[in-house]
Amino acid sequence: MSGEKTFILDGKPIAFEDGDTIMDAALRAGEYIPHLCHNPEFTPHGSCRICMVEVDGRQVSACTFPAAEGSGVVNDSDQLTAQRRSLLQMLFVEGNHICPGCEKSGACQLQAVAYYTGMLALDFTHFFPRRSVDASHPDAVIDFNRCILCELCVRASREVDKKNLFSISGRGINSHLVIDSPTGKLGDSAFAATDKAMHVCPVGAILPRHTAYNTPVGKRLYDRQPVNMVGDVAGYEETDER
Amino acid sequence: MSSLETADHPEKLNRVVIEPLTRVEGHGKVTLLQDNDGHIRQARLHIVEFRGFEKFIQGRPYWELPVLVQRLCGICPVSHHLAAAKATDMLVGTQQLTPTAEKIRRLMHYGQTMQSHALHFFHLCSPDLLFGFDDEVRHRNIVGVIEDYPEIARQGVLLRKYGQEVIRLTSGKRIHGTGAIPGGVNKSLDRHEIDYLLKDIDQMIRWGKDAVELIKRIFFEHEAYHLAFATIDSNMLGMIGDNGAFELYAGGLRARDRDGKLLFDHVDATRYTDYIREEVKNWTYMKFPFIDSIGPENGWYRVGPLARVNNCDFFATPLAENERQVFRQLASGKPVQATLGYHWARLIELLYCTEAIKELLHDPDISGTELMSRGEMQGCGVGVLEAPRGTLIHHYEIDDEGIVTRANLIVSTTNNNQAMNESIRQVASTWLDGNELTEPLLNQIEVAIRAYDPCLSCATHAMGKMPLEITLVNAKGEVIDRLEKGATGLIRRALV
Ligand code: SF4
Repeated sequence: MSGEKTFILDGKPIAFEDGDTIMDAALRAGEYIPHLCHNPEFTPHGSCRICMVEVDGRQVSACTFPAAEGSGVVNDSDQLTAQRRSLLQMLFVEGNHICPGCEKSGACQLQAVAYYTGMLALDFTHFFPRRSVDASHPDAVIDFNRCILCELCVRASREVDKKNLFSISGRGINSHLVIDSPTGKLGDSAFAATDKAMHVCPVGAILPRHTAYNTPVGKRLYDRQPVNMVGDVAGYEETDER
Repeated sequence: MSSLETADHPEKLNRVVIEPLTRVEGHGKVTLLQDNDGHIRQARLHIVEFRGFEKFIQGRPYWELPVLVQRLCGICPVSHHLAAAKATDMLVGTQQLTPTAEKIRRLMHYGQTMQSHALHFFHLCSPDLLFGFDDEVRHRNIVGVIEDYPEIARQGVLLRKYGQEVIRLTSGKRIHGTGAIPGGVNKSLDRHEIDYLLKDIDQMIRWGKDAVELIKRIFFEHEAYHLAFATIDSNMLGMIGDNGAFELYAGGLRARDRDGKLLFDHVDATRYTDYIREEVKNWTYMKFPFIDSIGPENGWYRVGPLARVNNCDFFATPLAENERQVFRQLASGKPVQATLGYHWARLIELLYCTEAIKELLHDPDISGTELMSRGEMQGCGVGVLEAPRGTLIHHYEIDDEGIVTRANLIVSTTNNNQAMNESIRQVASTWLDGNELTEPLLNQIEVAIRAYDPCLSCATHAMGKMPLEITLVNAKGEVIDRLEKGATGLIRRALV
């Protein structure tokens, strides 16, 4: 349609509408910009910095930056990929992400994006923080070892479930997820397995009980196709396939 | 128990250390104490393993156990995967697995027993057996076998590969898969996968048969020597089928004494603590289990292929059963106590696995869709099975939230701890005499240990490249002899 507004993403014209972010338009056009804390169902957050792109030479987060007519956006470059790999490595060393034993392996967005960007080993020293597992809820567990503070559960609980059960407390390296309940335990909160917040965690932090490893190796989400083809883990979480 | 366990005045004796042991899984060492006349006064096998594993799974959700705990080992992780899965079956209240789940798990287990036994015999032990214990060390390894007996080496590699393919198709990966889950399995086999495995199974059975023929030929070439080498009289413990059949996956425990008399039979394996206790000694991290009714002094026993083939009344498959009968003739009705009989028994088991895999591949249940059955959660779960190296026990307790609070693992090698010590004492007192150390002489100690196929944990990839240093210190603490083996396998005498 003539008069359609476009910008250029890695040499390709991408149509957008007023109010779109670069991420919105790219996702609609089927172009993958790596990301972790973004989910189109919720208010963009811009915190994980994985979706950083270059707009006319300046780095911005694609999930929060408005698309602009005629601008040139670089998503796929060696430099951006290297930067994303470093950010991912920092996430890996900051928590306890032991993929070989993790039930989310193969359907974990952190792992999938790490593979996508070619992150094969870690250049930083592990922090090995001491974190707990909250298994107080009859239908779910939270393994804080794996939380990447993406705040998707925070937003899902606030915006969709209207329960406001999660928030991030502390600052800097001491930031951590907290649960709104008298004991701070999930089991004593209003959390329910049907909550949206149950299904948005991109990593193996919020997990349903008793279903671990039900999907055989080879059939898990990212066994089938890489993350740029198959997309975010959140959509898959709500299907019966897992 | 041999008198060589603890010498009266160790401080007055010369000390020889074999460290690390080679062509076994993991790290261990042997210390020998000799008096000034060169007589062995003390011999001990020391192993440092599995410290910590029981501890660090505490605090994890129970459903992670089969996947986490298998990481103990890269050689037979399926044993730990399945033992933990059996324990978690109990935790989730499974009364009976579905036929598909039980048969897929059996298939996985037979595949892994096959690959583990093939690896042990062909890659680790055939050099000793084909070339002699005193063959030149540069030649006495798998490369030497490939050069001199290419067909045997090829069969060994392909038998192992087949077993690994069975594991891959039943668990998702050749190593550290996820197939067994609490209460069942996560996949069955489709037609395509079954046909793929059926294609080569007859060849595997033939090679399994050839392997048994090979070990018989080797054994009978020097029969008296092979019957006597490292041989000790021991009790035998293993799992048994309801009807007395050879069994690797599910059954009761049977123990026989040195003469073959039953000590107990068809004991519910989850109640192992009523029958078996563990002793701790101050010179090794490995515990010493013993049969409670006999006591620690004489209650130690052997597990693994030798114990299983001795213990069972019959094999359910024809070729393995024929071979069992030939094997049992060695001791005319009594248990075969020859330590090198382990190799022979191991290959009969390999043959059995090939036959049993074929039977399962023709069973329609393995492509069934009923994969899971669960009931009421329980607080305690025990999983017992026969790993390639012997009886393996996993025991877990969980809290009301499903978090692991306690774990106890008795692995096959621990069950054989005392027996391995007794065997090296027999070899040391029979063969190691005088101050002159030679590599072939010390290899005899290792040959005795290797017969048990101990898994000292997971360092096999360094096989043949492990540096070995043997030092002889005299009663005054002076080093009087030292041999070193470098990463190239070259041996040199450091002191002349
Ligand atoms: S629990 Fe999951 S969704 Fe919530 S902040 Fe942590 S990683 Fe994000």
